[in-house]
Amino acid sequence: MTLWQIIIAASIAVLALKLAGYLVPPALLHKPTPARIADLLTVALLAALIAVQTLGNGQALVLDARIPAVIVAAGLFAIKTPFIVVVLVAALVAAGLRALT
Amino acid sequence: MSEILAEKIGEQHQQRLATREGIAVGLATAAYGVSFGALSIAAGLDIWQTCFISIVMFSGGSQFALVGVLAAGGVVAGPAAIASATLLGVRNGIYGMRTAPIVGSGLWKRFAAAWITIDESTAVALAQPTPHSRRVGFWVTGLAVFIGWNITTLLGALIGDALGDTRAYGLDAAAAAAFVGLLWPRLKRMQAAAVAVAAAVVAATLTPVLIPGLPVLIAALVAVVVGLFNWLGTPGVPGGASTRRPSDGSGRDS
Repeated sequence: MTLWQIIIAASIAVLALKLAGYLVPPALLHKPTPARIADLLTVALLAALIAVQTLGNGQALVLDARIPAVIVAAGLFAIKTPFIVVVLVAALVAAGLRALT
Repeated sequence: MSEILAEKIGEQHQQRLATREGIAVGLATAAYGVSFGALSIAAGLDIWQTCFISIVMFSGGSQFALVGVLAAGGVVAGPAAIASATLLGVRNGIYGMRTAPIVGSGLWKRFAAAWITIDESTAVALAQPTPHSRRVGFWVTGLAVFIGWNITTLLGALIGDALGDTRAYGLDAAAAAAFVGLLWPRLKRMQAAAVAVAAAVVAATLTPVLIPGLPVLIAALVAVVVGLFNWLGTPGVPGGASTRRPSDGSGRDS
């Protein structure tokens, strides 16, 4: 697959899901299990992505400047700091630690 | 007579509030489009590809997931990147079931509405008290986020392009922090927090043994299993936040 094919396929898939929501009967939503799974699916994927993004380096697990950056980010989100500020601070923490070591 | 007049003024007031809230959410969300643009360039995409994703896919979580998996695994991880982005897009379909009655009928109107059905537009729409203000809230938020997000994506891509070595600027850590921000407002329930911890452990443990992208997909099975049997869940409470308040009032949209 080329990069463009990946991008187009993923974009169309996500858009198609949005359109599907307008086509299915709303009754499906009232079933608790599909709604609960969809909700937890988002949580699990985001958490898994955090783990891989923080610890992964290709197929290796490495402990580096990303870990303190993510811990700082979590702390800032906990005290309701705006998204863009937290992302910037996280980048600064990682960049600063790398510049020092 | 005066009662009807008061009602009309009240309705206009509600619509003004919905408009104001939608624009505020649009501005806040646009601010972090910059980080998507820069991270996408850091993952090896070009400016055109980055902007294409923000226009067509237009869903923050899925977009960050796509470039995140591609950054870790390259083009080889393509199928896993597509799958991650798609699975994260499932919730938009759920939102669509709730926003469809708000939008009303008309093929093109519904098509446009579906395109901008995301966390933010759904959350603002459902938070409004009257049918009309819900409709106003939905369209204003969706369009404000769409315009802002695409402008700032381009801006971020240009910045990322100018930076060169993005690791030195800590952009890899910024990507992880962005995911933390998307996850944070969803962790209020015990069940969600437990799923998050388990999924993170599964993904990290499998990283050294599986090709990039797959650990994230397998971690998603945690959600299916826990959701199916409703472990740690509250009996009688259907689903989590998405069945009532889709975005849960996360930090960035308040």
